[in-house]
Formats: sequence, C-alpha cells, structure tokens
Amino acid sequence: MKKNKRFNRRDFIQSSIRASLVVSVGGIGGLALKNSTGRDWVWQIDPFECNQCGRCATECVRNPSAVKCVHAYDICGYCDLCGGYFIPGAVKLDTGAENQLCPTAALIRKFIEEPYFEYEIDEDLCIGCAKCVKGCTSFGNGSLHLQIRHDLCRNCNECSIARVCPSKAIKRVPSDTPYMIKGSFTKTTDT
Amino acid sequence: MSKRVKIVLFGILIILVQVAAAQQRFPKPEFETGYVQPSPTTPEPRGLAVEYMDVLVLLAVLSLATWFALRSRSRRGILWLSVFTLIYFGFYRKGCICSIGAIQNVALSLSDAAYNISITALAFFLLPLLYALFFGRTFCAGACPLGAIQDLLIIHPISLPPWLRKSAGIIPVVYLGLAILFAATGTEFIICRYDPFVGIFRLDAPYHMVVLGVAFLLLGMFVSRPYCRFFCPYGVLLNWMSRFSKWHLSITPSDCIKCKLCTSSCPFDAIDHPTEESAPPPGRTYYRRFILYSLLIPVWVLVGGFIASKSYTYLSRAHQDVYLSELLIHHPELVNDPDNLDIQAFLSSGKTLDTLVEDARVVQQKFRTGGWFMGGFIGLVIGITLLNQVVFRKRKDYQPNRGDCFSCGRCMDYCPVKN
Ligand code: SF4
Ligand code: SF4
Ligand code: SF4
Ligand code: SF4
Repeated sequence: MKKNKRFNRRDFIQSSIRASLVVSVGGIGGLALKNSTGRDWVWQIDPFECNQCGRCATECVRNPSAVKCVHAYDICGYCDLCGGYFIPGAVKLDTGAENQLCPTAALIRKFIEEPYFEYEIDEDLCIGCAKCVKGCTSFGNGSLHLQIRHDLCRNCNECSIARVCPSKAIKRVPSDTPYMIKGSFTKTTDT
Repeated sequence: MSKRVKIVLFGILIILVQVAAAQQRFPKPEFETGYVQPSPTTPEPRGLAVEYMDVLVLLAVLSLATWFALRSRSRRGILWLSVFTLIYFGFYRKGCICSIGAIQNVALSLSDAAYNISITALAFFLLPLLYALFFGRTFCAGACPLGAIQDLLIIHPISLPPWLRKSAGIIPVVYLGLAILFAATGTEFIICRYDPFVGIFRLDAPYHMVVLGVAFLLLGMFVSRPYCRFFCPYGVLLNWMSRFSKWHLSITPSDCIKCKLCTSSCPFDAIDHPTEESAPPPGRTYYRRFILYSLLIPVWVLVGGFIASKSYTYLSRAHQDVYLSELLIHHPELVNDPDNLDIQAFLSSGKTLDTLVEDARVVQQKFRTGGWFMGGFIGLVIGITLLNQVVFRKRKDYQPNRGDCFSCGRCMDYCPVKN
C-alpha cells in the first residue's frame, strides 16, 4: 500500500514537470510564431550596398560560389569601352585575354551595332569575384552586379558570406521576391 | 576609332567618373537593328510548398521512429529509417534546415523583433521536443541526419568511464549557452558554422569542413556518436524533455529477469543497472551531502554568471562591430591599409567612428547581460548534475537512462524475454 502511494507521488511530480515543459515549449513556440510572417526567407545581396570586396568568391560554402554576376541590361550603356570588361588602360579593345578583367573570361562581348556591344555572363565560368562589378560600378553604369543564384544556393541557415561581408550587403529577403536586380530594384533610402 | 582617340576617351572617362555621382553615366542606346534586349534570368528558390513538405516528412519520420521504438519494437525498422533520414535530410536536403540549428533561429527571433522566423524552422525546433516529452528521444533514433550518419558507422564501441561521460557531458551545455548567446546578439550562428557533417552532406564544401566530418566519423567508430553525446546542443534539450517523458522505449517487453544480456548491447553506456538489493538504507551522511549539494546550486549559478559576464570583452569580439571598432581604436594607422577589406568597407559606408563605437557598446552590453544568463544557466546545470550524482534512486531492473538513451533499439534485440 505504502509503496503504491510513493509511486503515485513520483508519477505526479513527473507529470507536473512534463505539463510545465509542454507549456514552456509551447510558450517559446507561440512567442516565436508571433514574430513570424508565414513567409520563407532566402539570402540575397543588396547591389547598392556591396562594395565588391571579393569575399563572395571565397566564402560561400559552395565551390565555386553560388554568387554570380548578373547583368541588368536595362541600365547598361552597351559601351564599347566597358569598364567591367577591360582592365583599366587596356592596350586593345578586343577579346584578348590579356585585356580582360575577368579572371575566368566569363564575360562574353558581342557586337550589336556600331558602336554598341552587349555583355553577357557565362554563369558556368563566373566565380563571383566581383572584379567586373568593381570596374562597371567605378567606370560605367553599374549594370553588372552580384546576386546569389537560387538554383545554386543551399539557402544555409546563416549564409557564411553574410557573416563576413564587410558592407553587410547580404540580407534575408522573402522567398517570393528573391532577387534584387538593379533597374527593377532601386535603392531603398531609409532617410 | 584610332587607338589614340580611345586613350583620350578613356582619360575623359576617368575624369567623368570622378565627377559623376549618378548611376546612369551612359544613357541606354536606341538600337536601330531591331536588337531585343535580353533580361537577366532569375532561377527561383525552392517554393514554400516544398519547404512545408519537409515538415511533413519530419513528422512522418518521427512518428514512424516512435512506432518502431515503442510499439513494434523493431531495431531493423529504426535502422532503415536512419538510412532514409540520412539520404533525405542529409544528402538530398544537404543538412539544412535541421533541428539543431533551429535553436538559433528561435533565439534570434525572440531577441530581435526585426527577424521573422520561418514556420519550417520553428516546426523543426518544436516537433522533436514535443515528441521527446511524450515518447523519449525518438528523434535521435531515426529522424536526425547527424545522428544517423554516426549511428550507421559504429563499428567497435568502447565503454567510457562514468566520470568521463559526466564531465564531457558539460560541453554540450556550454555549447548550447554560447550558441544562444551568439544568435541572440546577432553575432553569428556557431552551430551551423561548426556543424561537422554538413561538409560531408554537401561534398562540395570547403576542405576543412569535410576533414572535420571525417575526423568525427573515424572517432565515432569507437566512441559511438561522439557529436551526439559530447557536443550536440539540441541533445541537451531533448535529454531534459526525455527525462520526463510519458512513455519511453523499454528494454524488455514484460518483466526483466536480470540476465544482464542487454548490458553490453548499448554502445552509449545508457543502460542503468539495478541498485543493490542489500544496500543499506541511506543514512545521515547521505542526507547531509544531499543538503550540501542542493545549497551549492545557487553558488554555482552565481559563479557561472559572474565568470561568463566578465568574459564579455572576449566573447563580444566575435561580433563584427565590436571587432572593427576595437581594431580602429587600437590600430588607427590601418585606415591607410588598402588591403584591409573590413576597414575599407567601413570607410566607404560613410558611417562615423563614433556611431560605430556606440553600436559596439550596445552589443557589448548585450553580451554582458546575456553572459549572466548563459553562465547562470551553465552553473545551474553543473549544480544539478552534481546533485544527481549523490541522489540515491532505487531501481529494480535494467532500464535505459531516459536522458541519455537515443531510443536506437539495439538493446531490445538482446533481451531474451519475448512477450
Ligand atoms: S562579400 Fe559583400 S561586399 Fe564583398 S563582394 Fe560579396 S556582397 Fe559585395
Ligand atoms: S569578373 Fe568575376 S564576377 Fe565578373 S564575370 Fe568574371 S568571375 Fe564573374
Ligand atoms: S547561403 Fe550558403 S550557398 Fe547560399 S550564397 Fe550563402 S554561403 Fe553560399
Ligand atoms: S543528439 Fe543531436 S545530433 Fe545526435 S541524434 Fe540527437 S539531435 Fe541529432
């Protein structure tokens, strides 16, 4: 008889603790849920904040990086003397490798009509080093810029580039608007 | 165009660059040849619906694991479930999102109102804990890809002495505390960064991650599930839940006949032996020790909190703002170093040193307060663990230790009692 009672007491303590644990787990869940919008999040680079440091090429958990250069054709000037394509002071404006900024020759220069050229990125070659982006941003319209490509990105819980991005340009964005491509995406001024 | 004209043009361009502030330096041309401007491709990320499917898969795997461990008592079922988990959550989903890392998402969302946690991450955090509260750690048995990869590679488990297990058992608690502190202060997600197996799941990950994973797996051939037992921060939470679980896997389907056959079957030393029948009833020294250890708990909490909060200067350096502001204050000459990317980015951001220092101070303050919580929490766990060592609990038969047992089901096969 006595033994039975002791067991019951132990059971009682156990179930009270269990109940309070359920409540606290539920409470944490509720608090977190209050802060949720029901959307999913992916990582993306704000091209207006990126300062082309080059870490995107080396810090991604993928190799080669899931970050690639994209071309916002809408704001491109189709320049012959492309600041993103040619090294500054290039001897000749032709497709010779020694004249190109891109280390992997991922930028393809195509003649359209005098004096305009189209620049296209071969994403299989691009390593996301931002060299062309720097050139285009400094000397051109800034139409070449980096973006995280979601077919390649693993959507890490914390993007390992975001952790080291010196300009804090990599942000969580809603997965239904997963890109910030210049032209359609304009700088958000918060002041 | 001759070369010289081009060079002149280039010069003009450079000058233009200095003056031009607007983005559009060169207007978009009007094409005459009917050229159609392409538009950049935007490959879509995985849809929300597919993310929710992951939650359903988790739910199904958890329920199946529970069924195999508690009802059908089938080790084989659990084994095949681990293989599935390893393939699906490990190699197919590449180890992301996982319940262990979701701790950080929850911590961040509780501390930072601007961060909206995704429902998937929240579900991955909550479901296994709730299951553990009712059925024990069935998540670890078959639904965790990290557990599965280690479990499948256990070859020759060695038994570790209890003192070693207990003291190394503090590591996950410290890891959990640090992970929450770092996530809540917006510093970084250390669980993800040091996840040893994600490198193996992804195969194309940086070299050092793969090496870390292989090292863990090699160790795990002998010290079974080393990450689970001595590092996993989520395991700490599951351990607590499981201690109070309503039901739990049992070694024997009916009554234990104390044949001892199961004792060597557990690779994790998680089977508690029955207490000596002839042991004398606890005496005076026992109660004295019990009271002493209980009274020591608040001391542990205070000491832990004090130490952790005092180490805020070291801990907070992991935060970018604190790191950068200290760098700039102690080495102002680095401003002229064009190779220091962090400083160059800071300079071009137009932020002043004063605002940076102020930001850093806020972060440090968070680390100071957070340190009290973290240290106090670690102290509390140490105090309770020590108290548990002296508490005498009567056990009649061989039972799995509810906290440590992963519900893997190996012991069930060894029990000669059937039905
Ligand atoms: S790490 Fe940041 S600043 Fe550097 S290239 Fe990538 S997005 Fe731009
Ligand atoms: S320069 Fe770098 S970022 Fe630009 S296309 Fe080449 S590899 Fe890609
Ligand atoms: S989230 Fe991961 S895979 Fe995607 S860009 Fe960042 S580090 Fe690379
Ligand atoms: S202890 Fe951690 S890593 Fe191991 S199976 Fe459980 S949750 Fe997974």
